[in-house]
Amino acid sequence: MEFNATLLGQAITFAILVWFTMKFVWPPLTNMMDERAKRIADGLAAAERGKQDLEAAEKRVADELRQAKQQATELILAAEKRANQIVDEAKDAARTEGAKLVADAKAQIDQEVLRAKESLREQVASLAVSGAEKILRKEIDAAKHADLLASIKAEF
Amino acid sequence: MASNATEYIQHHLTFWKSSHEGGFWTLHLDTFSVSLILGFIFLAVFASVARNAKMENPGRLQMFVETIVEMVDTQVKEIFHAKSKVIAPLALTIFCWIFLMNTMDLLPVDLLPMVAQWIGHTFFGADPAHVYLRVVPSADVNATFAMSLSVMLCIIGFSIAAKGLGGWTKELFTAPFHAEGLVMTIILAPVNFAFQLVELAAKPISLALRLFGNMYSGELIFILIALLPVAFQWILGAPWAIFHILVITLQAFVFMMLTIVYLSLAVEKH
Repeated sequence: MEFNATLLGQAITFAILVWFTMKFVWPPLTNMMDERAKRIADGLAAAERGKQDLEAAEKRVADELRQAKQQATELILAAEKRANQIVDEAKDAARTEGAKLVADAKAQIDQEVLRAKESLREQVASLAVSGAEKILRKEIDAAKHADLLASIKAEF
Repeated sequence: MASNATEYIQHHLTFWKSSHEGGFWTLHLDTFSVSLILGFIFLAVFASVARNAKMENPGRLQMFVETIVEMVDTQVKEIFHAKSKVIAPLALTIFCWIFLMNTMDLLPVDLLPMVAQWIGHTFFGADPAHVYLRVVPSADVNATFAMSLSVMLCIIGFSIAAKGLGGWTKELFTAPFHAEGLVMTIILAPVNFAFQLVELAAKPISLALRLFGNMYSGELIFILIALLPVAFQWILGAPWAIFHILVITLQAFVFMMLTIVYLSLAVEKH
């Protein structure tokens, strides 16, 4: 063991090494590493946030899908109901129309019948009158007995 | 063989000195240059990595450097709770530099000395028997004490920075034994001062001698193994070298850890 100026030289070397490390090695490396750690943490947080967003979006999509399905079902039900209603209405209309047509036809027929009866009666009356005329020509003055004739005619 | 072996060992344990007279101003050129080169290698590698550090896709070298930095940073943050810009780079430098200096131990004991002898003989016409080179700087007390005394200066500096010059001086005389009353304080002051001096001196001495002892003994055993017949050297040499991979790392780590611990103690109040 011999101490000499080497000790001083070594101490100076040591001081220079420490100074250099302190100046040019440690700060850039640790800064970079801290920054990287921060970036990784940020990235992880962003990923977590993205995952949550995705979950929320998926939930919303499911909700809207369910709602849409429900609406569609409701629409279909309403449409079916409406269709039934229309069919029923159409049936009713057709039925009333038919009934009306039948009634009209019946009325017309009745009228025709009535008219036919009327004309028949008139014809019968005139025939009877003419018969009676022929029979009573001499006895009955048409002019004199006009009232009588008319009442008889009306009686037919 | 005996005198031959003694000569061989002595040759290996002699420093390459700047002058043959000895005395304080003699430099150990081998310790100085090897440690300087290793220090520059450390700085070159780490500074270039730090300069070109990429946040994404770091290369292998960058990952390696980051691992070491991370390890040092973790230790410093766990032990040293005050804020300091110096302590982490200091710890990193200590760890890497000591590790590199210790690693010289794993080179074959005759490799660099023989290269030095060849260069000295060929280019400078020196007598090979008088060309000396000790390649393990940490097996030189000057190197280890240079570091541990620097650490001691840091301890004092940190103490003064944390407690003020007055606080530090006061603590020199009032701790570890706390006295009550003026008389007891005066009586205990020299005792406290003696204790503090011993404590202060013990730290650098233990740091330096631990590292020096380990590396010196390791080197000595490698030299002894080199005295065995060539065919048998590996039987002892290989296990010892493998064991020394652990020792060199451990010694560098211990020096670094103790430095951090001492400095954290220095800033804490007693």
